[in-house]
Amino acid sequence: MSRKLQYSLAINEAIHQMMEVDSSVFFIGQGVKSPWYVGNTATGLLEKFGSERVIDTPVSENAVTGAAVGAAIAGMRPIIVHPRMDFMLYALDPIINEAANWHYMFGGKSSVPVVIWGIINRGGEQAAQHSQAFHALFAYVPGLKVVMPSTPYDAKGLMIAAIKDNNPVIYIDDRWLYKTEEHVPEEPYIVPIGKGVVRKHGKDITVVSVSYMAVEAVKAADTLKEKGIDAEVIDVRTVKPLDYALIFESVKKTGRLVIADVGWKSFGFAAEITAAVCEKAFKYLKAPVGFVTLPDAPAPASSALEEIYYPCSDSIIKAIEGVV
Amino acid sequence: MNFNKSLQISRSLSKSLLIKMYWTMLKIRLCEESLVEPIIQGEVKCPCHLCSGQEAIAVGVCASLDEKDYIFGTHRSHGHYLAKGGGMPELIAEIYGKQTGCSRGRGGSMHLIAPDKGVMGAVPIVGGTISLAVGAALASKIRKENRVTVSFFGDGASGEGVLYESLNFASLKRLPIIFACENNLYSTHMPIKECRSKNNIFEIGNSFCIPSYRVDGNDVLKVYELTKKAVEKCKENKGPVFIEFMTYRLRGHVGADDNIQGNRTDIRPNDEIEEWKRKDPLKKFEKFLLENGFLTKENMEIIKKEIEEEVRNAYVFAQNSPYPEKSELINHVFKE
Ligand SMILES: Cc1ncc(C[n+]2csc(CCOP(=O)(O)OP(=O)(O)O)c2C)c(N)n1
Ligand SMILES: [Mg+2]
Repeated sequence: MSRKLQYSLAINEAIHQMMEVDSSVFFIGQGVKSPWYVGNTATGLLEKFGSERVIDTPVSENAVTGAAVGAAIAGMRPIIVHPRMDFMLYALDPIINEAANWHYMFGGKSSVPVVIWGIINRGGEQAAQHSQAFHALFAYVPGLKVVMPSTPYDAKGLMIAAIKDNNPVIYIDDRWLYKTEEHVPEEPYIVPIGKGVVRKHGKDITVVSVSYMAVEAVKAADTLKEKGIDAEVIDVRTVKPLDYALIFESVKKTGRLVIADVGWKSFGFAAEITAAVCEKAFKYLKAPVGFVTLPDAPAPASSALEEIYYPCSDSIIKAIEGVV
Repeated sequence: MNFNKSLQISRSLSKSLLIKMYWTMLKIRLCEESLVEPIIQGEVKCPCHLCSGQEAIAVGVCASLDEKDYIFGTHRSHGHYLAKGGGMPELIAEIYGKQTGCSRGRGGSMHLIAPDKGVMGAVPIVGGTISLAVGAALASKIRKENRVTVSFFGDGASGEGVLYESLNFASLKRLPIIFACENNLYSTHMPIKECRSKNNIFEIGNSFCIPSYRVDGNDVLKVYELTKKAVEKCKENKGPVFIEFMTYRLRGHVGADDNIQGNRTDIRPNDEIEEWKRKDPLKKFEKFLLENGFLTKENMEIIKKEIEEEVRNAYVFAQNSPYPEKSELINHVFKE
């Protein structure tokens, strides 16, 4: 009954199930036949669906992403994977100029049901070009949806939702989550795009978190519970469209807000939530907003610097203690 | 190796150049191989793409350049960096994440630089430096510096559109740049036949009216001879030149071997690996130098001992160096 599944295998199961039921779904990208890049997220796909629908590619991000976008325009539902988000930057034109704008600029006459999947793969002294999280950059662009599951359950449900969505969806996962495990239903299901979730209810402070930081936020909240601070943890799950209502409702109750992001501080996810709360829920705030983000610097290689570059549950605890 | 051809080339070279090339090749090999144990032990944490087996290209190309000439590199650039004159202590320190590293521990193995030696930057975005190299060549053309730029990239980079845009622009502006493609037949797990309809990378240059060549990248003398001519062309304002160097990596795509994540994922056939081991550029050159009396076995032993000492000292330097100060995490984002 209660079957457990790893985060990475939950994604894998979503792709298997969608490719089974919908012949317009295909899977393309660098490394889809090698565990080097995409971990075990592609396990068994090539064997089951063949190289017509599971396509490993040369190092040609721009063209291959464009091809996925074009195939979507022509009626397919491609999933294009980038084993690191950093490599996706070569594909900014097809993603932003084309896919994001397409439906609008043609007056709704053509749509782009493509899943553009970028993996955050940081740490390990890989440094600046192999560590970046660009959710805020994509969320900035009208016409793109951006999802960032933090649990195996959501990883599967959001992948299925992304594949079924009629718009370009940027699906962003984090290699640091791949080994997490929990109950995942065997049958296909959807986690609705645009709906956040309260991971832990509390009354003293709201922590709005995303992706890997949602895991750290729950850890932080558990620790703080022992210290008598009752934090509410929201995992937004979808960055765009963001579940503002859920955030406002929580802030209304707690009056305090800390934001925990996997990206940089300025002009990003944390800044957007702060802006929205200032705009719509200002009167409930009893203290300044606390930020847990990356510093505004590229990722360093040296582990001596990595240690302090990446925030963790302790950073969240500190931020919470700073505003309660 | 075609010994007659090599002998012919070597006649036009000084003995000291031959020895210098041998010395540098062995230095790169021993330096690369010294990293294998620390990588396996987890002492080296950053991803290292070793260039064992590809030394003849770095050495033959860089031997044909002056110190002021520029090179740009890739994720697999330890050899380029050393061959162009980058310091080994600073390389090892960088790989160990130390403040004394060539990128002050911010970059690791995949981000090497030595501006005073013309090593302008090596980065792991595939194709990432090709257009930058074009820009450096453009700068030296504008400044009339008589300086050549070499853009090193792998066969994998031939998949990126930026290569084609760069070739066209460099050709249009007759820039003094050598496009140096190291074709080691693989782009990570992908054999070249799964990346290109035909294994003919050098022909790409032809469509842009760029003189294009293919050469045995495991024969340092041929590499040197051809690159030397290309450098002359560039300096006579007849650039660019495209050269494809055929080679093979003797180590994994990243790390000691391709045995990643507990699976034997090296899809390279064993007999292919064995075949290329026989074409080891260092062994080839050693054999040539011995048979033609340029060096004796004893000479080689002495050289090897000296390099081993140099490698040891590089590790001592790295180990005795401090890590970057935590307070300096956000330094260097902008130049003050
Ligand atoms: C833009 C981009 N896409 C993908 C990668 C992942 N990647 C790293 S090395 C590599 C293969 C490069 O092959 P090649 O250029 O032949 O160099 P080699 O590793 O064989 O020396 C790939 C695809 C990357 N670093 N950058
Ligand atoms: Mg290659």
